[in-house]
Amino acid sequence: MASAQQALAASATPARPPTAAVRPGRGRDSVKAWPVVDRIAFGLCWAVGIGLCLVTAAIVLFMAVKGVAYLKPSLLIEHPSPSQDQAGSGGFLDPIEGTLLLTAVGIAIAAPVGVGLAIWMSEYQRPAWLARAVESGVEMISGAPSVLLAMFGLVLFARPALAFLSQTSAGGSVYGKSFLTAGAMMSLIALPLVVASTREALLQVPAHVREASYALGKTKATTIRKVLLPSVRPSIASGVTLGIGRIVGDTAIVVILLGATIRTEGAGGAPVLSVLRGTGGTLTSYVRYNSPAGEGNAHEKAYAAAFVLLLMVLGLNLLVMRFSSGEATGKLGRMRMGKPGRMRVVGILPWTR
Amino acid sequence: MHQAPASTGSPVGRPGAALRRIFARGAGPAERRTEWMLRTLAAGVLVVIAGMAITVFSKAWPSFAHNGLAWFGGGGDVDTQLREMINGPKDPAHYVYQFKAWPLIWATILTSGLAVVLGMVVSIFAAVFIVEFAPAQVRRAIDPVIRLLAGVPSVVYGLVGILAIAPWVEHNLISTGRKRSVEYVVQLTGANLSVAILILTVMIVPIMVAIVVSALETVPASWTEGSAALGVNRWRTTWRVSLRTARPAIVAAAVLATARALGESIMLSMVSGSRGFSPNPLDGVTFFFEPVRPLAATIIDYIDSITVVPVEQTLYAMAAVLLVSCALLSLAGWAAKQPVKRYGIRA
Repeated sequence: MASAQQALAASATPARPPTAAVRPGRGRDSVKAWPVVDRIAFGLCWAVGIGLCLVTAAIVLFMAVKGVAYLKPSLLIEHPSPSQDQAGSGGFLDPIEGTLLLTAVGIAIAAPVGVGLAIWMSEYQRPAWLARAVESGVEMISGAPSVLLAMFGLVLFARPALAFLSQTSAGGSVYGKSFLTAGAMMSLIALPLVVASTREALLQVPAHVREASYALGKTKATTIRKVLLPSVRPSIASGVTLGIGRIVGDTAIVVILLGATIRTEGAGGAPVLSVLRGTGGTLTSYVRYNSPAGEGNAHEKAYAAAFVLLLMVLGLNLLVMRFSSGEATGKLGRMRMGKPGRMRVVGILPWTR
Repeated sequence: MHQAPASTGSPVGRPGAALRRIFARGAGPAERRTEWMLRTLAAGVLVVIAGMAITVFSKAWPSFAHNGLAWFGGGGDVDTQLREMINGPKDPAHYVYQFKAWPLIWATILTSGLAVVLGMVVSIFAAVFIVEFAPAQVRRAIDPVIRLLAGVPSVVYGLVGILAIAPWVEHNLISTGRKRSVEYVVQLTGANLSVAILILTVMIVPIMVAIVVSALETVPASWTEGSAALGVNRWRTTWRVSLRTARPAIVAAAVLATARALGESIMLSMVSGSRGFSPNPLDGVTFFFEPVRPLAATIIDYIDSITVVPVEQTLYAMAAVLLVSCALLSLAGWAAKQPVKRYGIRA
């Protein structure tokens, strides 16, 4: 009865003029005037966009809640020990050290090689066929799964000629697993990020900057060292930081090429070299070891270690943002093209061409 | 993304050809040395990459040679075959090589394919939201969110999946009746195809969003303005003009995301159920709750047995399949990106 009255009332009131959607004089097109399908799509866009933020927030909050609940300061300073009992299995000092050491080795290789490659690819690129080949090569390793790189490393570093990088067993076979070998392969996953970021920045430096330097009688090498490199420093920093993030988060190479032991185990006598040639684990492998998929199966430790890992990644992310803002305001920043505030794919993708 | 300077002859980028010729001729010994060193470095990296392909294939060859094309076929239980290899004779003349990888390949296709399809839909809507509809404040907030989502280590995703999502799925979505209906074939647990696809989607969405957003941003403003001037509303302009222009970039995004999904090993070995089972789509809803194990996850799961020679060669064979897939994808991505370059859009 009531609904019938409403229907009657609705039909009695004059319907909105059909021209409302295209009424002239209204500058903005209002979502309210769109066809239903378009409005649904509009709603979907909002839902997905906000949904992504919510998913991220959920992951971070979940890890934060679990992390704060299980992370005790003692965990950070105790050595881990293999034990079924959660109380007796110690903390994760060794994995933290492992993460730092592996990152240091990896980035120590990736940063100079990456910057060198980027300079060659943007300033020299002669012969052209080599430049093209290197470009596709770097693009290929950026797309290659880390498990593949690790499998390659296992063969490469098991060669007797490279025995000095890892340990040799009593039988004479080379083990191939160490911080040095894992770091070398880690450098390959960081390399595309460093190259892309540096090269992108070098391409943005206007030609007249180089020409001015040449006009002053500087050689190309000096121009690169004194003019180009200082001007792209923030980009190199952000590329390196992104590379560090990639290395810190990788597990496959650690599992295959570092042994993923829970304690850092040195090899041989020399103080620093023994650790570098020895096996160990990182936070990622520790999390895996303590997850239900691993042997340790200590959820609390896994959550705590994963929280530390997530904090590291968050910190690195903040650093990258800091460097990116430096790119816009730093030396030569104003000469660069591109609007500020745009999303930069370089940060997310290793390769953007 | 910044607008790309054209490769040669543009005012920005590098000196013109004439200038370069002068410098090439007049370069001193120090100059030559610098260039020579950098060139050697570049060649060295290339040699390492080429060496990778050769090494993996030479290691993988015995497994392919013994099985022939049947390597890619189905039949038998993959895990049983691998166990027989591990426990097989140590004498090189009697190595067991019998291996049929179809369940693993099928699992790889299923997880990557479905995650990419799902991710594509999500990322297109998300990208349109970011570029067209989001207010400035929301946009500023969403950039770090995407970055963070891309940066979370896969093992953290795996941990959340196996400790939070999988138990929830097991208790709330899989009924006892459904478990009992297939218990003679396979054990249903919380770690299964659906959870693997869900988490994989979350992992690849940031990559796709980033690419699609950068492509949408470089669509010439005059094109969308022209559409708007004809009275077409914002959504239709985006759908008909911007997204259509960015179509090659969307393909490129899908290709890159597929490469990432193919190579994901740790997360998938944790949440996919880790059983070499090939789910049958005819099972209906049960299909999504069946355990799988893609190629990359299998490599990680059996890495401890790599000292056994046939297992090692079989694992390298899996790595070779991944390598070829990634190389093909890289090629497809390159091909897909060619049309966009015409508009000066970089993907």
